[in-house]
Amino acid sequence: MSAALRRVPFALALALVLALCCGVLSAQAIDPLPFKDHAEETRFQHLTRELRCLVCQNENLADSNADLARDLRHQVFDLMRQGKSDAEIKQYLVDRYSDFVLYDPPVQGSTLLLWFGPLAILLAGAAVVVVTIRRRSRAPAPATAGTGANERSPTDEGDDW
Amino acid sequence: MSRLVPFFGFLLLVALFGFGIWWNTRHDQREVPSPLINKPAPAYALPKLDDPAQTVTREAMLGKPYLINVFASWCVACGEEHPVLMSEGQRIGVPLVGYNYKDEPDEAKAWLARHGNPYGLVIADREGRTAIDFGVYGAPETFLVDARGVIRYKRIGPLTPDVIERELKPAIAALRKEAP
Repeated sequence: MSAALRRVPFALALALVLALCCGVLSAQAIDPLPFKDHAEETRFQHLTRELRCLVCQNENLADSNADLARDLRHQVFDLMRQGKSDAEIKQYLVDRYSDFVLYDPPVQGSTLLLWFGPLAILLAGAAVVVVTIRRRSRAPAPATAGTGANERSPTDEGDDW
Repeated sequence: MSRLVPFFGFLLLVALFGFGIWWNTRHDQREVPSPLINKPAPAYALPKLDDPAQTVTREAMLGKPYLINVFASWCVACGEEHPVLMSEGQRIGVPLVGYNYKDEPDEAKAWLARHGNPYGLVIADREGRTAIDFGVYGAPETFLVDARGVIRYKRIGPLTPDVIERELKPAIAALRKEAP
């Protein structure tokens, strides 16, 4: 009896997992687009992976089950059929939903920090390392040991960090 | 002095962290800025909800500013917004156009019958195609369109009395000043 009872949560969990899996599988199956060949499907998958779902913003258009994402996938498909290029399709969505729909934000004034900030921090760090090493190698060892705190401070600083 | 550098570095990080928290409590990270502000509203031709034979177009609506309020019977936040529209709708000073978004007409009509109809006119977009042109990504959303058919203001999420006072009314007042 107790063993059977203990199994209930497990069974429930299993049922839940299965239900979720089915949801995902059926969502893929419900939304079949009539691709004419593999190349078109690959292009579509590639394109929708670079576009963000507006509803669940951590998902791309290809993976999202949101209703709007489905609509936008169909729209992207229709635009492809109309012979629009990838850039034109992206521009179509940017015109309506702003740069937000792009997973790769364009390089422009407001995104310079985003694009080059990490590089700037890396360079700053490298500069600190270079300066510290130079000071340390330039300072003669006996002088460092013998004199006051003022002269030692650059080396100490490096040690403390 | 140089021993204090790590401490100041730490203070800087604390300040940055505090700023991040402060910023995020005041800004909705999910809000997508509309690129349509100050651009002509997209051309649309949508049937009226209560009489699908009649079509409403952007051109037909030119000449007077109006509000487009995107709603649906399935939308929970629209239910929260609805009483505000019922009480404030008349006092806003511009016609209120309901934009029924991806909804069953019967359910939309029943919803309006149950909660009241604050709209002078309701247009229906069952497929949501035109809504893509408007950059709609969730209901409720509200657009202020001026007499020349240009979108002047957009609210994403429910209108509240506070938002109406702070954002919508000044935007409408600005339109009035422009009008000859």
